[in-house]
Amino acid sequence: MKTILFIEDEPGLQRTLGDVLRRNGYKVINALNGEIGLKLLEKEKPDLILLDLVLPKMNGFEVLKELKANPETKEIPVIVLTNLGTIEDVNRVVELGANTYLIKAQYTIEEVIQKVKRVMEE
Amino acid sequence: MVKNILNQLNVFDQCRKYNISIWQCPQFLFLIMGIVIIISSISSYLIGLHYIEDLQIVVFIVLLTATFLFIISYAIIQNFERLAEVSRMKSEFISIVSHQLRSPLTNVKWAIEILFSRDFKLPINKKDEYITNIKENVERMAELIDELLIVSKIEQGKIPINKKEFSLNKLINEVIERYQYFVQASNIKVFFSFPQEIFSVFTDPSLLKLVIENLMDNAIRYVKHEGRIEVRLEKKKEKVLFSIKDNGIGIPKSEQKYIFQKFFRAKNAVKERTRGNGLGLYVCKTIINNLGGKIWFKSEEGKGTTFYFFLPTK
Repeated sequence: MKTILFIEDEPGLQRTLGDVLRRNGYKVINALNGEIGLKLLEKEKPDLILLDLVLPKMNGFEVLKELKANPETKEIPVIVLTNLGTIEDVNRVVELGANTYLIKAQYTIEEVIQKVKRVMEE
Repeated sequence: MVKNILNQLNVFDQCRKYNISIWQCPQFLFLIMGIVIIISSISSYLIGLHYIEDLQIVVFIVLLTATFLFIISYAIIQNFERLAEVSRMKSEFISIVSHQLRSPLTNVKWAIEILFSRDFKLPINKKDEYITNIKENVERMAELIDELLIVSKIEQGKIPINKKEFSLNKLINEVIERYQYFVQASNIKVFFSFPQEIFSVFTDPSLLKLVIENLMDNAIRYVKHEGRIEVRLEKKKEKVLFSIKDNGIGIPKSEQKYIFQKFFRAKNAVKERTRGNGLGLYVCKTIINNLGGKIWFKSEEGKGTTFYFFLPTK
């Protein structure tokens, strides 16, 4: 079973997307902030990370930077899933090495799942 | 065309559009500078005619005029910077608001998608969770829009005030009742200290309610474990003094002076909670000022915060 680490501070979104991902056969590990997310990565080795950007304690940009700087985690594909939508944010995230950038409000869950599947296959 | 040019020349009208005081408006200051240049040239000429023998006086006058012009041009540049800052804040405002609205919107959108999905059959017992989630997020959006509308009215200087006589005790009880659920969920104890008498005030109840709701919301939101909130009401001559004390995260000393500014959120507040739009206290201060009162606070980081306001009773 493939594992996904889902770093998101909105419990509502963790529930909805988490439920659908589980139904699609993935194991989902939830982290409510960036710090917990990075801590979990010390023992878990997910196949994919879904990362929000506006997070308490440590924001998504910082998490992404640390992830990509660590040889243990830098190969894990990252989908940034956020509602920040300026060009600067997108560019910064791509520069930091995220695979895809999705603006949550513009996608249905179905489309998010399709993206997840595609990135996993790559 | 002519009308356009005339409009451009109407400095007062132009300045009103910026919503800043006349002494901060570059157009007005330019006008003043122009007048000063004309007056000073003429007066230097006249003084020069009489005192041409005394070179020192002429030099002195020229220096004085130059200094004055220098100060005015400095003020103009400063105010241009201020206008640029206002415009920067406006675009930041749009980006913050769109983010703030998109988050609850995504919650609603995704929850509805699942509730109506044919492929994804949601267990009956989970349906309620999804519906509650939708309800909460719709409320979040409604609250945000209400606050934004108030802020926009404040900016335009059009805040409608409908004063009437009512009991402040009753109003506070209503607010506390509304927050009952949030208080219980956050494991907080609320204490009141009201004297027996009824505090009758003559002011705008809906605006005042908004202030008390905002203060209550903050007190609950930023409390750490073992939360404790004390609400007090006292009569001081022709005024009532309201205070709400919490033992929450407090406001760092270096950030205290910014706390009533629009969109400002203290660093530790952002760390603790991502929600909050930085509008609440700005709205509170503006309302209390408009109602003829005063709002202030005492706070220590890690120990808690007390917000106070007083209002005239008549």
